[in-house]
Amino acid sequence: MQTSADFAREIRKTTLNMVFNAKASHIGGAFSMADILSVLYNDILKIDPLQPENETRDRFLLSKGHACTSLYATLGLKGFFDIKELDTYATDGSKYLSHTSHYISGVEISAGSLGHALPVACGLAIASQKKQKTWKTYCLLSDGELNEGSNWESILLAPQLKLKNLILIIDYNKIQSFGFVKDVIDIEPLSKKFEAFNWETYEIDGHNHEELLKTFKACDNQNQKPKVIICNTIKGKGVSFMENKLLWHYKSPSQEEYNQALEELNY
Amino acid sequence: MRTAFIKELIEEAKSNKSIFLIVADLGFSVVEPFAEQFPDRFLNVGIAEQNMAGIASGLAMEGYNVYIYSIGNFPTLRCMEQIRYDICYHNVNVKIIAVGGGYAYASLGASHHATEEIGMLRTIPNITVCAPGDPEEMRAITRFTSSYHGPCYIRIGKAGEPEVHKKNNKSVPDIKSGEILNVKSGGNVAVFSSGAMLDYSANFISNNNINASLYSFPFIKPIDKNQLVDIIQKYNKIITIEEHQLNGGFGSAILELINDLKESNTLTSYPEIKRVGINNSFYSTAGTQEYLRQLAGIELKLDFFEM
Repeated sequence: MQTSADFAREIRKTTLNMVFNAKASHIGGAFSMADILSVLYNDILKIDPLQPENETRDRFLLSKGHACTSLYATLGLKGFFDIKELDTYATDGSKYLSHTSHYISGVEISAGSLGHALPVACGLAIASQKKQKTWKTYCLLSDGELNEGSNWESILLAPQLKLKNLILIIDYNKIQSFGFVKDVIDIEPLSKKFEAFNWETYEIDGHNHEELLKTFKACDNQNQKPKVIICNTIKGKGVSFMENKLLWHYKSPSQEEYNQALEELNY
Repeated sequence: MRTAFIKELIEEAKSNKSIFLIVADLGFSVVEPFAEQFPDRFLNVGIAEQNMAGIASGLAMEGYNVYIYSIGNFPTLRCMEQIRYDICYHNVNVKIIAVGGGYAYASLGASHHATEEIGMLRTIPNITVCAPGDPEEMRAITRFTSSYHGPCYIRIGKAGEPEVHKKNNKSVPDIKSGEILNVKSGGNVAVFSSGAMLDYSANFISNNNINASLYSFPFIKPIDKNQLVDIIQKYNKIITIEEHQLNGGFGSAILELINDLKESNTLTSYPEIKRVGINNSFYSTAGTQEYLRQLAGIELKLDFFEM
């Protein structure tokens, strides 16, 4: 069986190809969450690519829809659709547009405007709770996205409703649209904020697969609190010259940069 | 109307197990009977309308028919993007209920004047936009939304609105999407009334002994085109009346429809049209609902009925 580390490498390579071919943006944020997606889709989520709408499946909602490329890559590699379809990414008439689209097999909701997925995820988690189901709702947010007030409406409510099967993941890559998070709106101390809001809180290295796996498994418990996993990540992780650079929120790689990136990812 | 809504919703929820009601900490002394009878299908999310709309979308994705309830601008303008994106783009089964349409909360000021939401909502694809005219229409619309699958907006008044259809010896059985309801017949002029302007319009026509017709439009989007064509052909003049800004509201919807019907030759004659509503202004004055309507120019005048 493929390890999550190998899977993460494949996700990044597929993502790089999509972004390069389409001259698209947002590769930095797509790479920062690649390890999280890899562990989730390789080892954690109860999902079946052949029955993507099976009622008992775990639900995964990506809120940072601009980083859709690595989610599409993950789903394509897992067989939710023919991976060749990704060659059409961001081209005229393709359903693979540059924000997540619920018209794509395996994508639960469309996202693009920030601060939308967590309230919807709460709705799913409430449904699961009311119907006494065991499936879980995972929701992945960016760090800059925590500027949006709508998220805090959900963060207040989820513990009140004891949404124990809601697992919030923060891709904390420390960079948002205009610069470093700490310089735009510092969200620290983030763990303490969630603890104060009555969430079961974890803070881990979001590129360490062992830690990711262990933490996701630890979230499967009887504690009534919702769970949050703050994943410390690096924007552009996996390609040296993209790492921790605001530029790669926007830039598309040149041919030379593409070659070098591919070489690093193949290494 | 709000009592008519909750009573009818309770009746529907007895057989329709998918009905779920969410409030954003408003609806005191209105929604309690629902919460008591269906605790598993009731939720107060607190004063957080964006969250309410998103949660409703999530619950609807899992098979519920979700009603979200609050005052005027709160479940509409406050979370307009959630309505557009989470509810309408995903085309999920959410019903948005706003109480206190128009100037129903007159003295509470502009924050509570719901006078723009119809213009905004009716531009959004997939959503049905309703403004029932009296409690009987409200009950019919509630039954309609219980079985209709998809996003709907329902603007309702407050409390104590008279039963206009009953007063005019009419009744409103089950209603169809886009249906127009006749209240009074006669003359060459017809008043097209939206929402809670119905009672005022009916009274104006009877009190002044005017020979004119009156139609209520519980649906602003869609409006049944065939029925509209049949009606329009009978009159030389149409007066639209609404408790909403004139730009983008019910009268605008009628103008657009008539124009399109004329363009496609479905309609051969063009009636004269007088629109009554708010002239794109805010009113920061205390007073009753009637006072504010008058101040904003939402009134019928005898000369409107002269040709």
